[in-house]
Parts: sequence; structure tokens; C-alpha cells
Amino acid sequence: MKSAVIVFPGSNCDRDMAVALEKITGTKPLMVWHQDYDFETVDFIALPGGFSYGDYLRCGAMSARSHVMKEVIKRANDGVPTLGICNGFQILTETGLLPGALMRNANLHFVCKDVAMTVENTDTLFTKDYAGGEEIIIPVAHHDGNYFADDDTLDRLEGEGQVAFKYTSDINGAQRQIAGITNARGNILGMMPHPERMIEPALGGSDGRKLFTSLMNTLN
Amino acid sequence: MKARIHVTLKNGVLDPQGKAIEHALGNMGFDGVNEARQGKFIELELAETDREKAETAVDEMCRKLLANTVIENYSIELE
Repeated sequence: MKSAVIVFPGSNCDRDMAVALEKITGTKPLMVWHQDYDFETVDFIALPGGFSYGDYLRCGAMSARSHVMKEVIKRANDGVPTLGICNGFQILTETGLLPGALMRNANLHFVCKDVAMTVENTDTLFTKDYAGGEEIIIPVAHHDGNYFADDDTLDRLEGEGQVAFKYTSDINGAQRQIAGITNARGNILGMMPHPERMIEPALGGSDGRKLFTSLMNTLN
Repeated sequence: MKARIHVTLKNGVLDPQGKAIEHALGNMGFDGVNEARQGKFIELELAETDREKAETAVDEMCRKLLANTVIENYSIELE
């Protein structure tokens, strides 16, 4: 499984993502600097966490309009599995690849801790190794993770199984405690929690590992 | 030509920063502030001299970058 990690100025979880991908898939990912948008064909694209472009204007707003994202949007629309973590999720909503928006946490605090969440849909290429309703512990670290969409969109997301993960308690004001969603086709996942930081006991747990094995088992 | 753009959160979208400002004003003794909403102000210096063309262009800039229309409204003033 050949992966690419897109690196923007201000990304800071790109190396964590690279380590997780190499350890789990056995293949070093391609690190794609945002200006090198003509990158080789890959099976999977990851948009890492961080503070790309210093969160100027809105989180993810600048990255979403960058040259490399034009290429990512094209490939994601062609069906290439694409994962956005934290700032990557914000970028995906800013491009319109995923519905809704991520707003400032309702209590205004930067929340940085391990949180419990449930796997809401195991019928996606990112979650099939989890058990339905499984509760997992994954760290979050964000100031703008308060997921917002209008009620019709939320109903549709829940009705169509596009809500992949929900927090078990309200940590940031997110509508319906949504932690991660997929697009209708199911090849794009955006989530605020960081599964790449929970892939082995030395990191405090391995609950994030199954996300990557799900993907690998589907793609291989 | 100058364009002045106000970007504000839509009605019904919770504005936690506005709420914090409202509470702070209350705590400071400024009574009678029923609500505070926080937004952004963006000023552009445009080369365009035709008002209609400028308005069309700035509107497109707002829709494509300056505002996130999922959660925000915008208004444009030209001068």
C-alpha cells in the first residue's frame, strides 16, 4: 500500500502519520510538500494535523485553496481513499469534500486529552476492523473541533451512515457529538481525534491501529 | 477602489467568542448589552474602477475564500 502524506507549512503531525503508516503498512509513505503537487500515483492520501498557514482566515482555509489540494480533490473525487486528521479534517470541510464546518470549541478551551469515542459505522474502508459500537480511546488536541452542520445535513449524515465516530461525552460542542464523518461514497474520512498517536502500547494504547489495518486490509 | 467586507456568523450558529465578550462586558459593569456577535473585517484595495465589475469580483472572492458560507454571511461595501 503506497501512501502519501501532504505537508503544508505549519503541519506538525505529518511525521507521526508517516511513522504510523510505515509501522503498520510496512511501506514508507511519500512526503509531499505542498508545492510539489505533481506527485506519483498512490493508493492512499493523508492530510495530517497541525496549524497549516497558521490557521489564517479560518482553520484549513488557505490549505484548501492550495495547488496541492487541487490535485488531492481530483484524486479523492476519483475514489482514492483520503484521510484528514484534525487540521486535515478542517481542510476537507473547507474544500467541500466533506459537509459542514469546524468551529471554535464551544467552551473556547484548547482541548488536549485522550477521549472516548464510539465507532458508529464499521461498514467503511477505514473502520471495518472495529466492532460495531466499539468504544475506543484516541487523543484529541484542538481548538476548533466543534463540528457544525445544519439539521438536514446532520440527519442525512446519520441516516446514510456517514458518521464514523462520535465522542461519548461533549468535549467541544460538536453537533450530535460527531468526531468523524465520511463522504457519501465512503472513500474520504475526516476526524478530529488522532488515531496515528495511538498505534502501540508505548504510546499509551493501540486503539488507533485498526483504522490503518482496516484501510490496509481493504487496499491489499 | 476600496472594498470593505464584513464576515459574520449566520444567525443560529453559536458564537462562543461573542458570548465570552458579552459576559466580559457584563462583568465589567456595562449593562444593557443583550448580545455580542464577533466577526471579521477585511479591506481590499482594488485596481478595478468599474463598480459593477468590482462588486461581482468581490462577491466571488467572498464565496470562494473570504467567507465560509456554511456558517458565515458576508456584506460588501464599495467606495
